[in-house]
Amino acid sequence: MTPLLVLADVSAGYGGAHDAISGVSLTAAAGERIAVLGPNGGGKTTLFRVLTGELPHRGSVRQAGRAAIVPQTERSRLDFPVSALDVVLMGTIAGRPWWRRAGRRERAAARAALAAVGLEDRAGASFGALSGGQRQRVLIARALVQDARVLLLDEPFTGLDAPSAERLEALTGALAAEGRAILIATHDLEQARGWERVLCLNRRAIACGTPEAVLTPEAVAATYGGSLVRVDGGGLVILPAHHH
Amino acid sequence: MAHALLDPWRDPTVRRALLELVLIAASAGALGVWVVLLELSYAAESLAHAMFPGLVLAALTGLPLLLGGAAGLAGGAVGVGLAARSGDAETGVAVAITALFGLGVLIALSPASPPGIEGLLFGDPLAVSGADLALATALAVIVLGSLAVLHGRLALLGFDRGGARALGVRAGRLDLLVVGLIAVSVLVAVQGLGNLLVVAVLIAPAATARRLTRRLAPMMVLAAGLAALAGLGGIYVSYYAGVAAGAAIAGVMVATYLAGTLAAGLVPHP
Repeated sequence: MTPLLVLADVSAGYGGAHDAISGVSLTAAAGERIAVLGPNGGGKTTLFRVLTGELPHRGSVRQAGRAAIVPQTERSRLDFPVSALDVVLMGTIAGRPWWRRAGRRERAAARAALAAVGLEDRAGASFGALSGGQRQRVLIARALVQDARVLLLDEPFTGLDAPSAERLEALTGALAAEGRAILIATHDLEQARGWERVLCLNRRAIACGTPEAVLTPEAVAATYGGSLVRVDGGGLVILPAHHH
Repeated sequence: MAHALLDPWRDPTVRRALLELVLIAASAGALGVWVVLLELSYAAESLAHAMFPGLVLAALTGLPLLLGGAAGLAGGAVGVGLAARSGDAETGVAVAITALFGLGVLIALSPASPPGIEGLLFGDPLAVSGADLALATALAVIVLGSLAVLHGRLALLGFDRGGARALGVRAGRLDLLVVGLIAVSVLVAVQGLGNLLVVAVLIAPAATARRLTRRLAPMMVLAAGLAALAGLGGIYVSYYAGVAAGAAIAGVMVATYLAGTLAAGLVPHP
């Protein structure tokens, strides 16, 4: 299968003494969902910024077109006066000359993207008035309208109730099945077990492969360090980060 | 009653003042929405104050006010740039702007200054000329045209500044463009509304409209309409109460904002 994304020995940082990520290699093929596991500050966002072209890097990045990112909904201003359709239309900006406004073609594409995530009837709703799950799906529609074959989802399940999380899980599966590669930053080990592959990242790639091969106590412990605990029954739980 | 309503408009200077105010309202109302949404109110006020020494010097030397204001803005930009290097950028900017404004007031109110120069502080919409009207028309075309073209990008910038780059929008360049539009608007509007009151037309109608609607396009139309109505109301207040027109207009805008805030609290949001 032709890979949609090939990273070889990629390093990037923010100008400090140490790189935020170093020596990361990864291949993603169409139809794959890849969990990107790692602690806060471990380099997940840095990796995504490299893939969207926002951050310069060393090493080789080859991908089919530019990846589209689906940020955490908390990063957006919920009080900003935009509708769901307005938000999706933002995904068409890069494809237009600077002087051209969104026209009929872009609006049709945006409505189609909203339909693909099951929100065609909420196009006119204020973004801030939508539920957390609906907002996440609007942002996925914004990524879809960019025609990207590689999608980057930044902790999309954070704060979602169980039905919304299930719906989003099914949506990511459907989008991957349509021939996309999807990288999903997450802390949920059990959810990651249901996806095709896992990349454990803590400034460097700790492990990468199928969930069965990668999600061993040793690899997860090396990724999360002291924030990982073993609970009754043998399961592993990641403790939320403490901010002092 | 009808006589009282029509009486002010018998004077052609009053009619010309209203036309000037409506033209400025159209551009300032729409631009003001972005000033409020992008949290640039302090920048707008700073720009207005920074140009004051230039306006005063132009008035004293007989140069066009537009030229003096532009020179004042350029001087202000240099001052702010130097002050911002002091480490605490916001404090540096505040000190530079206050110093520039103080310098302008010092010159304007010195005994050697000719009478009437305080009009630069408080403005006089009734003194607008044909050239002022032409400038206000050009301003409306430039500002509204720019905002129409940039609408989607500005919405992205306000909604998700951190993600703008990934979607093909460079926030720094867009910020500069918006600040440039604010500078041009202030430069044109300051001649009618005065240096102290010009910011009111950018901020108050937009802030009022934001409280009354959650849609961008209606917000801009409402802000422009409110600014024009405040101009109309201010002219009546000025005519019948015998107070300065610029101050009366700013007063009506603030009163509209307070009424809008009250109305927004009483009526459930759409």
